Amino acid sequence: MSTYFAGEYDVAVIGAGHAGIEAALASARLGCKTAVFTINMDAVGNCPCNPSIGGTAKGHLVREVDALGGEMGRTADACTLQSRMLNRGKGPAVHSLRAQIDRRKYSAVMKHKLELQENLDLRQAEITDIAQEEGGAWLLTTRMLGVFRAKAVVIATGTYLGGRIYVGEVSYESGPDGIFPAAFLGESLRKLGVKTRRFKTGTPARVKRSSIDYSELEVQEGDEPTVPFSYDTLTPVENKVVCHISWTNEDTKKIILDNIHRSPLYGGKIEGVGPRYCPSLEDKIVRFADKQRHQLFIEPCGEDTEEMYLQGMSSSLPEEVQTAFYHTIKGLEHAMIMRPAYAIEYDCIDPTDMLATLEFKKFPGLYGAGQFNGSSGYEEAAAQGLIAGINAARKVQGKEPLVLDRASSYIGTLIDDLVTKGANEPYRMMTSRSEYRLILRQDNADERLTPIGYEIGLISEERYQRFLRKQELIAQEKKRVASTVISPSETLTKILVSRETSDVNTGIRLIELLKRPELNYEALAPVDLTRPELDAAIFEQVEIAVKYEGYIKKQIAAVENMRKLENKLLPADIDYKDVVGLRLEAQEKLNAIRPLNIGQAGRISGVSPSDVNVLMIYLMKQKRGGEKHE
Amino acid sequence: MINSTIAAISSGLTEAGISVIRISGSDAIGIGEKVFRSVSGKKLSEMSGYTCALGKVISNKRAIDECIATVFRAPRSYTGEDIVELSCHGGIAVTRDTLRAVLDAGATLAQPGEFTKRAFLNGKMDLIEAESVMNLISAKSSGEAQAALSVKEGYISKQVNEIKAELMNLAAHLNAWADYPEEDIPAIEPEHLKNSLINASYQLRELLRKYDAGKLMNNGINTVIVGRPNVGKSTLMNLLSGHDRSIVTDVPGTTRDTVEEQIQLGDFRLNLIDTAGIHDTDDTVEKIGVERAQKKLETAQFVVFIVDLSVPLSADDEHIYKMIPSDIPVYFINNKSDRCTGSNMDDYDGLREKYPDKNVITAICTSLKNEGDRVKNNIEYVLGRYFLGRDFSYASDVISYNERQRSLTDKTKTVIDEAVKALSIWETLDAVTVLIEEAVGYIAELTGENVTDEVVDRVFHNFCVGK
Repeated sequence: MSTYFAGEYDVAVIGAGHAGIEAALASARLGCKTAVFTINMDAVGNCPCNPSIGGTAKGHLVREVDALGGEMGRTADACTLQSRMLNRGKGPAVHSLRAQIDRRKYSAVMKHKLELQENLDLRQAEITDIAQEEGGAWLLTTRMLGVFRAKAVVIATGTYLGGRIYVGEVSYESGPDGIFPAAFLGESLRKLGVKTRRFKTGTPARVKRSSIDYSELEVQEGDEPTVPFSYDTLTPVENKVVCHISWTNEDTKKIILDNIHRSPLYGGKIEGVGPRYCPSLEDKIVRFADKQRHQLFIEPCGEDTEEMYLQGMSSSLPEEVQTAFYHTIKGLEHAMIMRPAYAIEYDCIDPTDMLATLEFKKFPGLYGAGQFNGSSGYEEAAAQGLIAGINAARKVQGKEPLVLDRASSYIGTLIDDLVTKGANEPYRMMTSRSEYRLILRQDNADERLTPIGYEIGLISEERYQRFLRKQELIAQEKKRVASTVISPSETLTKILVSRETSDVNTGIRLIELLKRPELNYEALAPVDLTRPELDAAIFEQVEIAVKYEGYIKKQIAAVENMRKLENKLLPADIDYKDVVGLRLEAQEKLNAIRPLNIGQAGRISGVSPSDVNVLMIYLMKQKRGGEKHE
Repeated sequence: MINSTIAAISSGLTEAGISVIRISGSDAIGIGEKVFRSVSGKKLSEMSGYTCALGKVISNKRAIDECIATVFRAPRSYTGEDIVELSCHGGIAVTRDTLRAVLDAGATLAQPGEFTKRAFLNGKMDLIEAESVMNLISAKSSGEAQAALSVKEGYISKQVNEIKAELMNLAAHLNAWADYPEEDIPAIEPEHLKNSLINASYQLRELLRKYDAGKLMNNGINTVIVGRPNVGKSTLMNLLSGHDRSIVTDVPGTTRDTVEEQIQLGDFRLNLIDTAGIHDTDDTVEKIGVERAQKKLETAQFVVFIVDLSVPLSADDEHIYKMIPSDIPVYFINNKSDRCTGSNMDDYDGLREKYPDKNVITAICTSLKNEGDRVKNNIEYVLGRYFLGRDFSYASDVISYNERQRSLTDKTKTVIDEAVKALSIWETLDAVTVLIEEAVGYIAELTGENVTDEVVDRVFHNFCVGK
């Protein structure tokens, strides 16, 4: 069978999931002629697991993607069924937005956006082979024997690459949701010299809405008012559905333990490494044996479907065992399983083989994003897709790559963790992964990233001007609260006493009152007579800046220290075996990961403080040696 | 900065046969020439590496000591830079004066560990060598306390790791609670959180106390013995040091200069200063001694005040007693009780009552000549009670002093105290979590698991000046 030449692109994206979509849109919007290949045109932007976007730290990622000019936030807002800000009351750093979405609608909206995007061709094709021409261009061969040439390629194959589904003793080659897998590309990548490994993930069953008894289940409503993901969504999103909460019990546990030997994971059939961060129910029961019960959420998959998702109940036990244990759960006694739960195993790479630009160190012009890079989750995928797409486009255009550092964003933290520390299991974003989380909040993603998005060309002039106006209003309001003096009065005393904070008998600046943990804008309204009419988001920014000033200053100082270390660049051509004083393990790790700077070197596990000292001395000596030559 | 020329007393500031002042840097030879005049007339700049010359140290056009200058040419020297070493006669005053002259001639005083740091930076030794130099030096200078170092290090890392484990548990709980709001993880009880933090803070305070005790052990307690001439100061000095350091006679004013000596008294190292008998005098030499004694009293950490029960209280006694700073612990010896006459005792008791602001921790009646050993034991006991506290057990409670470790312990405690405060005023738990993690970070740095920009500088900060 002979191939034919099918077309030429600046950037080709393999996969149209959450990573591929962002990569393709960013590349096309930055002016590159872009193709995005999907195995199945009906699986664009598919959510094969939970019908929701966001969650702790993931909500941060969505907001950051949006602030940089990505698409996930806008589309999620357009498809929201229920919106909740998680962790209210735990502090602004860990506030996270999460929305139940209509998954079919999400997929359709995203597909249409790709179709309408200038410079972008959405194509149904399975890529079976990848090769590099002598001039550096990449050749992608499709199952239909078409050959596409592209200057840069982003691989975002999700769980399709060498995908294999496991349900108890049953196993077969498949992508998610019964779509066929990418069966050939993995081998082609390995031939090219890309090292791959096996990861696994899983999803719970979907059950029929009318087969659930809601009468005794706790209801979970959305927030009122709601906050959208996107800084572009100017009207609040609407809550259209409720979710329900139930619990497993001793009977559930018994059934699972009685059948644990039938789990492919515990039976040793799956070689892939599963995520600790969203384990299957049997994992939870085995690992946390003394826990009496586990919580589950029953979430609708859309407005025009009867499928309900059972969050927290993923499993790879045989279908009849699933049915049995689901039936032990209150409300699910007669649940009809529409789609069984399954585990899926797939090929991914070792992200330490990549630069922070998400380009392979060994293969210029080849990028990766999402589960292919060893992460887990739609939002983690979108974040990487956006960065990979931006950098593929900038590479084609001969521009400097965009690298976000840990202090700039969760996106930067996610990518730095992946390329520096690697991932031994699917990587999930968490707020605790960011040492700078008091300044990397979901509420200030625009302040942190929109100027960057504007500069690279993904944020429109209109939106940027709106952003600048907001920043100006924030600055003015900060000034006002710092200069406004509130006189003592009966009203003020009443507020202070009712809030259990100390009374004042002289005039006091508004800022001093706002600093008190017991007080906030809302409480002070009756005495704050010069307060202008402003958007709630502006008051929120001012209040956080005032209340957390000490912590914010401290974190900024820590950031400066980190950046100092990041500025100590390590030469690209060092052979760490030649650096006297490094321990053997450090030599090997450093030679494998090849950090760009001292800061990154220090974050590699296996590189000790004294190794870092040795590197700093080495750098100082190099620098002084260099000066002597001049 | 790296090319500035530095100097320090390389042999340590103690009474010794010789003292070495090391000058290192691009201008070492130029600076050396300003303070050294060789007998042969040959200049240092004319000498090649590894050669030496006999000559004099010149300060203010005056020869202050005879010495031997050794020249090392870069890169073949300890630091890899030009080095001049002046080997002078021992003696604290002369050594200090020589260093002063070198600094006046343009050298900068070396920071602790700076010579070794330069050697390291110039590739003269690797980090492991540098660290072993550090160990060697500190082992030599801190004697007994150091002998227990390995035991103590195991002890401190165990204690610190327990605190770290508890803090990490708290942080992990708080993070799980924030990162998995849907996993029904119970909120941490604020009271439990607060109590755990307060407990960690308490343990860190204890650690700090042990570090401070260790510092006292390592550096010694500045002990000044004062009293009128001929009340028995030199007798006490000789008792404590075990040999005739001061000349004991019955002629008042025998000790004209302050005598400095380090002695080991049980667990304690005393920097012992016997002063010239303090009284108004027209004798110039003795007057200088009196002034010095007054200065010494300002830096004293422990004062032994001696009076003579065989003679009545005099204005001089009172004058000297008045000079003792009120916050310094005073060990009051009524000496020569064997020759005590009648009402003298009451007068001396009256002196103590007249100045209640003085911090007299013990007053004894004794004869230093007859009961010397008893006094010696009692001083040791009193010092232990005063400086280490009643419950202190030397063997298990002293940590070999290390400024880097102490400073990190202190930082950890400060951050934990901040977290406790944040909890008390109901600040949100995200901030508290970050503070706890910061504390964990400091502990990790303390135990060598973490990196900061200042690590290189700090590693070397532990070196004694001179190496």
